[in-house]
Amino acid sequence: MAPSYIYKVCTGGEEVLMEAIDRNNREGIKGWLNPSRYGAERISYWLQRLTGVGLLGYFIGHVYETSSLTNGPDAWAAMLELTQTPMGHMILLLVIGMSTFHSANGIRLIFTQGGKGLGKPGRPDYPYDAVSLNYRQKSGIWIALILAAAAMMYGASVLFGGE
Amino acid sequence: MTDTIEKLERLDKKRSKEHKEKEILRSSITLKILRANRAANEPAHYDTIEVPVQRSTTVLDALLWAKGYKDHSIGIRYSCRMASCGSCGMKINGIPRLACYTKVSELSGDTITCEPLSNFPHIRDLVTDFSQFFEHHKNMQPYIQNENADIKDPAKLSEFMQSPEDVDKFLQFSYCIKCGCCYAACPTVAMDTKFPGPQALAQMYRYFADTRDTAVEKRMEIVDDRHGLFRCHFAGSCSSVCPKGVDPALGIQLLRGHMLGYSSNEKKIAELKERLKK
Repeated sequence: MAPSYIYKVCTGGEEVLMEAIDRNNREGIKGWLNPSRYGAERISYWLQRLTGVGLLGYFIGHVYETSSLTNGPDAWAAMLELTQTPMGHMILLLVIGMSTFHSANGIRLIFTQGGKGLGKPGRPDYPYDAVSLNYRQKSGIWIALILAAAAMMYGASVLFGGE
Repeated sequence: MTDTIEKLERLDKKRSKEHKEKEILRSSITLKILRANRAANEPAHYDTIEVPVQRSTTVLDALLWAKGYKDHSIGIRYSCRMASCGSCGMKINGIPRLACYTKVSELSGDTITCEPLSNFPHIRDLVTDFSQFFEHHKNMQPYIQNENADIKDPAKLSEFMQSPEDVDKFLQFSYCIKCGCCYAACPTVAMDTKFPGPQALAQMYRYFADTRDTAVEKRMEIVDDRHGLFRCHFAGSCSSVCPKGVDPALGIQLLRGHMLGYSSNEKKIAELKERLKK
């Protein structure tokens, strides 16, 4: 973004350039690249976003996959074969992990964003640990991660276990 | 009472022990300072300056030493040097902090990187423009509004009674020093210029929760916007960087709880009780 210029009108009527401000100092998407700077809640925010985008991608792919039914049973079978490869199984595993984390963490966020499980405001004392970033939130994030890992392990045992 | 004092003393000792264990003592550090004059359209670059330090040296002390003895042209904003004014907010090793409140011994590595706060328009070196930030704050109408108080007629003025419990509901949020650290850490502010940011929304809750204020509906209307309260996704970064323990994330979520009807609105309940009495 181009810098914006601030002028001041002097008593004589002439305009004097006071300062040029570069308005483009926002972190933007770059701010997402290092989520570990701000603790577990920021990592969970980052994962929630990432899994959300991933699931949206899967949803679009899934609609495309099932739409092949309209082209007859052969087209559907050919499409299904694509998912029966190791790469197809890996993608499905990722989807299982993403959907489990997104749902479990989402349930935590429904309560949190309504002001539940955050603690009460009080008089802050040094070293000013935030009440809202409490053990309940951290436990919720860990539970979501563990559930996602367990679901992925179960999925792997089914997909790669074989009969 | 004695038990509480003993408990607090024990906690203090534990914290001081933990703090000492984390301390890194060195005789000097290298300051890596972002330099740029936006008015002159200068490209940004980093200057490195070796600074002698002691155990108690803060980043602001180190910067002022560099400014005093090595390079007078370093642009830096500061005032009280005791975390009261909120002027010296900057990114220190990538995290928004107050330079006067961050001791060099708390930071790992021999190089300390100082950069201007993100999400604020950059003016020069470590100085940023706070006008947009203050504009968001003003939009929240950060003052008590009470239609029952006629300030023009001194005869009608009366004292507003508040219990200590009522004060505790908002006191924490009134400790905000407007340093901008939360605004710089917020991932939503980083993407949306119209989002008021954690500071402004926490101030909104501060007045919302104040029993002396009666403009509840008006306040709700201000934040119930496409770029308002619902743009917060609870990343918690604002609360983790706040140097005064204001915990803006808590205020924002509580405000949203009231708006969604999750939390009981005590003011509304009191108002209904009054109506029933009449």
